Amino acid sequence: MHIDLRTVAITPLRHTFDHIARRIGADKAASRYQEGTLDIQPSANLQYRPTWDPAHQLYDPARTAIVMQDWYAFKDPRQFYYGTYTLARARMQEAAEAGFDFVETRGLGDLMPDDVRRRALDVLVPLRHVAYGANLNNVGMCAYGYGTAVTQPCMYQGMDHLGIAQYLTRIGLWLAGPAELEDGRSHWLGDGRWQPLRRQVENSLVVKDWFELFVAQNLVQDGLLYPLVYAHFVDRRLNAEGGAAVSMVCAFMNEWFAESSRWVDATVKTAAAESPANAALIAGWLAHWRGRVREALLPVAELAFDQDGEKVLDTVTEAFDARVAKLGVALKEGGHV
Amino acid sequence: MDMNVKKKLGLKEKYALMTRSLGWETSYEPMDAVFPQTRYEGIRIHDWDKWEDPFRLTMDAYWKYQAEKERKLYAIVDAYAQNNGHLGVTDARYINALKIFLSAVPSLEYNAHRGFARLGRELPGVGPQIACQMQAIDEIRHAQTQIHSLSNYNRFYNGFHDWKHMNDRLWYLSVPKSFFEDACTCGPFEFIIAIGFSFEYVLTNLVFVPFISGAAYNGDMGAMTFGFSAQSDEARHMTLGLEVIKFMLEQDPANLPIIQAWIDKWVWRGVRLLSIVAMLMDYMLPKRIMSWKEAWEVYFEENGMALFKDLARYGIKVPDCVELIKKEKDHLSHQAWNAFYTAGKMTNFHTWLPTEEEMDWLSSKYPDTFDRLYRPRFEHYREMEKQGKRFYNTTLPMLCQVCQIPMLFTEADDPTQISYRQVTHQGDKYHFCSDHCQHIFEREPDKYVEAWLPAHQIWQGNCFAEGADPGAPDFDPLKSVLDYWHLVYGRDNLDFEGSEDQKNFAAWRAQATRN
Repeated sequence: MHIDLRTVAITPLRHTFDHIARRIGADKAASRYQEGTLDIQPSANLQYRPTWDPAHQLYDPARTAIVMQDWYAFKDPRQFYYGTYTLARARMQEAAEAGFDFVETRGLGDLMPDDVRRRALDVLVPLRHVAYGANLNNVGMCAYGYGTAVTQPCMYQGMDHLGIAQYLTRIGLWLAGPAELEDGRSHWLGDGRWQPLRRQVENSLVVKDWFELFVAQNLVQDGLLYPLVYAHFVDRRLNAEGGAAVSMVCAFMNEWFAESSRWVDATVKTAAAESPANAALIAGWLAHWRGRVREALLPVAELAFDQDGEKVLDTVTEAFDARVAKLGVALKEGGHV
Repeated sequence: MDMNVKKKLGLKEKYALMTRSLGWETSYEPMDAVFPQTRYEGIRIHDWDKWEDPFRLTMDAYWKYQAEKERKLYAIVDAYAQNNGHLGVTDARYINALKIFLSAVPSLEYNAHRGFARLGRELPGVGPQIACQMQAIDEIRHAQTQIHSLSNYNRFYNGFHDWKHMNDRLWYLSVPKSFFEDACTCGPFEFIIAIGFSFEYVLTNLVFVPFISGAAYNGDMGAMTFGFSAQSDEARHMTLGLEVIKFMLEQDPANLPIIQAWIDKWVWRGVRLLSIVAMLMDYMLPKRIMSWKEAWEVYFEENGMALFKDLARYGIKVPDCVELIKKEKDHLSHQAWNAFYTAGKMTNFHTWLPTEEEMDWLSSKYPDTFDRLYRPRFEHYREMEKQGKRFYNTTLPMLCQVCQIPMLFTEADDPTQISYRQVTHQGDKYHFCSDHCQHIFEREPDKYVEAWLPAHQIWQGNCFAEGADPGAPDFDPLKSVLDYWHLVYGRDNLDFEGSEDQKNFAAWRAQATRN
């Protein structure tokens, strides 16, 4: 039975803030995502030149070559503001925690064949450092980007990568111990198979145009690395060889990649749809970084799949190209494998 | 492999593996290119590994705790809105404090968010990077929870409706705006001394107590809840501020004079910014918590001094400005309220005269100054009001080039003389409210000549409504400037007495409490 509960009703004078009403076209109820995002970055009468970048204003759209009529054209399809973001991640971390708990209490790490455990460690542990690079890059995009609609999710993406770096650390501790993290670190620093990827990560850390960095890091590098490592290596190869326990503790990464890719795609699509000039810039960056990242990932793919490495990487690249084809950006000649 | 022989890791060791062991010395790109902002301020850091983590929080725990806090906070915010909680505040004058809060504070939090994101990217040590990143994400939380909590007030009261537009334009809001933009345009080390230490650590109680305890005292559960919910974040931020300063001082003795100059500057900048808070405590809260003077004595003269005593072993001295502040504490709030009361046509909140009872409270709290200097002024205004001539200042005040507050403060030893200082720099004259603001200018004139001073900009014709023609015969400059600010004449501004807010609140409260 429905009971009609009553409260004292008073008629409001307005439904949302004026700056929100101007954007959504009318004075109507706005969502918390909208009120917590739209226009909240200072944007007029900025004072003082940054001592760290005197060529620009404190908040300056010219820190990228991308030009937008309106930087709030970007939308996060997940509608993340801090509250919804932390709630979403808390739910995912609870599942991840249950995964770790399950494999640890049942000693599933010990039940894995030695060579499978060894291979899992060889591939996954150095990736801590890759995730940390991605953390720095996204925090930098938040710092130097323009407009909360795009800088806010970069902050969240950065913290996500830190979380992933920490989950990878836990995997190393679970399957081996602290010494393994040291070994993984020496591989990262000195093993020839990791050097192309380390070079790629370090090159990305000095990219000045934050939207180029967005394409290099969030679209290309994550777009090739996550499917290669977490879908193909962890979920297929390790599962097939008795390492299903690893895929339980990597569920976070797979779920996260699927979810965050929706935002990455929406962002690139919006920028590209703005103008042919933007689309051309993005296409150029895409071609450049796609080639570099593929090259950097090839030895990692071989570490994961031996002689099949290149074939798996080709499969991943094909899927990536199909994804990119939907974003309104042409894959340039020379960008193809 | 026998899992049981694995060494049990200590908390500190484990956190180090989760954070600082993620970083490495780059070799394909030089470290100076990866972290280009660390040298130009002259601060010397020899060993980032000496950084002591001020708190140990991994991301999974962060997500879990913070989500729990958000869940509780929004449940209360929703209930408060649904239940018309705003009708339970002490009286509708209180809501004007919230208008100041919304137009000033979320933008401060936002700037802190972006500033700490920059440090989270630019500081070369992973430990401080991650601590700054957590503060960066916390600060956007604070901006958003404030906006969301106060959003419901905007539905029923005037003055909130275009806070962001006003924050970038309205005259008095350039004070907080310039404060944070000043800090954000500094190098990373000065930024963290300015915000992480001077503001968060030394002065934060003086913001927190008036607003959040003010909300609690005045029946505003909405604002109270986001304040209390932010408290555990603030505790983390304060430990970061303290760790940073100790770390920098311990790294190299040459850092001391640089840091001392920053502390002197930012404590003064912060105290000037708090002038509006002083007035809020003494004049705007219908139910007072304590006087500004008492708050200053407890939170600065007692607690703040204890902190400086603690830092004395590094050679840090109490900033010189403290002497002046001591003398100003008997005057500050009265002078500020006088300025806003008379500028009541140009504010996005209402102003009013204190009642007799409130004036008695002020005399008891300020026995040396109130009856002698300030009560007569308010009584004079009251006479004018009775004659139907409520006094409104219609001219623009001279602003201090550094703090951007109108020149309303008096000389420390002569309350009948406005304090002003003047400096000629490259052929132009610049004005200051005090020796301390003048000194800040003299140390970095190139920075402060770029200040965007609202009064000056209005005189230069840069603040008229879009499409206005100042040459037209019927051009009304004040009206045009109000339009530029999006300030609605007669609804947002003027005296509380007779305002739409006052009438609506009374009518709605009657509707909610009577049949």
